[in-house]
Amino acid sequence: MKSKATLLKEYTKGLWENNPVFKQVLGMCPTLAVTVSAINGIAMALATTFVLVFSSAIISLIRKLIPTQVRIASYIVIIATFVTIVDLVMKAQFPEISKSLGPYIPLIVVNCLILGRQESFSSKNTVGRSIVDALGMGSGFLIALFLLGGIREIIGSRTLLGFQVLPDFYEPWLIMILPAGAFLTLGLMMGFFNNLSLKKKKKEHDAVVRAHFAKRKPILAPEGGIE
Amino acid sequence: MELVLIFFSAAIVNNFVLSYFLGICPFIGVSNKLSSAFSMGMATTFVMVITAIVSWLIYHLILVPFDLEFLQYVAFILVIASLVQFVEMFIKKVSQPLYRALGIFLPLITTNCAILGLALFLVLRDYSFVESVIYGVGAGAGFTLAISIMAGIREELDLADIPKAFQGAPITLVVAGILALAFMGFSGML
Repeated sequence: MKSKATLLKEYTKGLWENNPVFKQVLGMCPTLAVTVSAINGIAMALATTFVLVFSSAIISLIRKLIPTQVRIASYIVIIATFVTIVDLVMKAQFPEISKSLGPYIPLIVVNCLILGRQESFSSKNTVGRSIVDALGMGSGFLIALFLLGGIREIIGSRTLLGFQVLPDFYEPWLIMILPAGAFLTLGLMMGFFNNLSLKKKKKEHDAVVRAHFAKRKPILAPEGGIE
Repeated sequence: MELVLIFFSAAIVNNFVLSYFLGICPFIGVSNKLSSAFSMGMATTFVMVITAIVSWLIYHLILVPFDLEFLQYVAFILVIASLVQFVEMFIKKVSQPLYRALGIFLPLITTNCAILGLALFLVLRDYSFVESVIYGVGAGAGFTLAISIMAGIREELDLADIPKAFQGAPITLVVAGILALAFMGFSGML
């Protein structure tokens, strides 16, 4: 039961607490480049998750065989192999999406998110935990890319996943689907989420302080009485 | 003339950072101080030019003749990683002042998407050898320009009163957005 709970925690920490995009600021290049629409964001996140899960599994499996001096090079080769698989599969099965993502699929190789997880997690943990961690991080990445792509798509071309959601009289802001819009949207979103977690932290802090004083009162009272 | 066009297109009009989103990690991470940002830009330019030369040679002399194009990602990333290591060792032996200026940035460059992006774009656009080298120089110059401007702005931002939630990465991204807007002004030039 206990291990199950920690496994669940391993998964959920990637969703929000340690969200790769909003909190760790990793994997920025694909995040900004492909999120002109929600569907592109989803495709990118799924491809990244696939690579992340499989390379985490392999690397945690052979973590004791890899000499420390050449570990980065070995990780990169393993990651590049899975990226090649994803690229070829996408070219064959989803040629349209593959075309619109262009060179950003091969660039998954140098996504700092993947290498970062291998270095800080898979190289020290068992296969099961690494896979769960990779799934969590991948889901966090998916949430971030879907949010960013969705917002840019709605404001920039008044559709979501290809369906029109805003009325015709709304003039789409072209800037949102241009590079500048990507930077601005992500910057504002990050600020917004930071603000949320700052507020939450303050609330928790206040609660702790209040609990502390509530506990102290009965101790203080008899002391005063003795004097 | 063609070569001049390639240079300006890579450096300014299609700036790697501000319109292709390549090399965002160092762009956000190492742009606190102008001097270190400039060194990072120089180191990246240096590696970019060498990568352009070596990856062109590998692709056209090894991968194409043997029908191994599907191995290009693995081959390129391995070449870049070992090249960066080699360059670091070489600089350390040859020039200590240069090593002190660029040394700490070199390992970071391996995972800089701009380098692998450059190698992939060379293949995608079918550049000749000379064009590839010029493209590498232009991309490096563009990266240096973008990261230096960013560092200059961030040094000024230190004096500004930024809301707590926006300090660090968020405000940097917003500034980058405004910079990208400014660079869009060049888009009609070529």
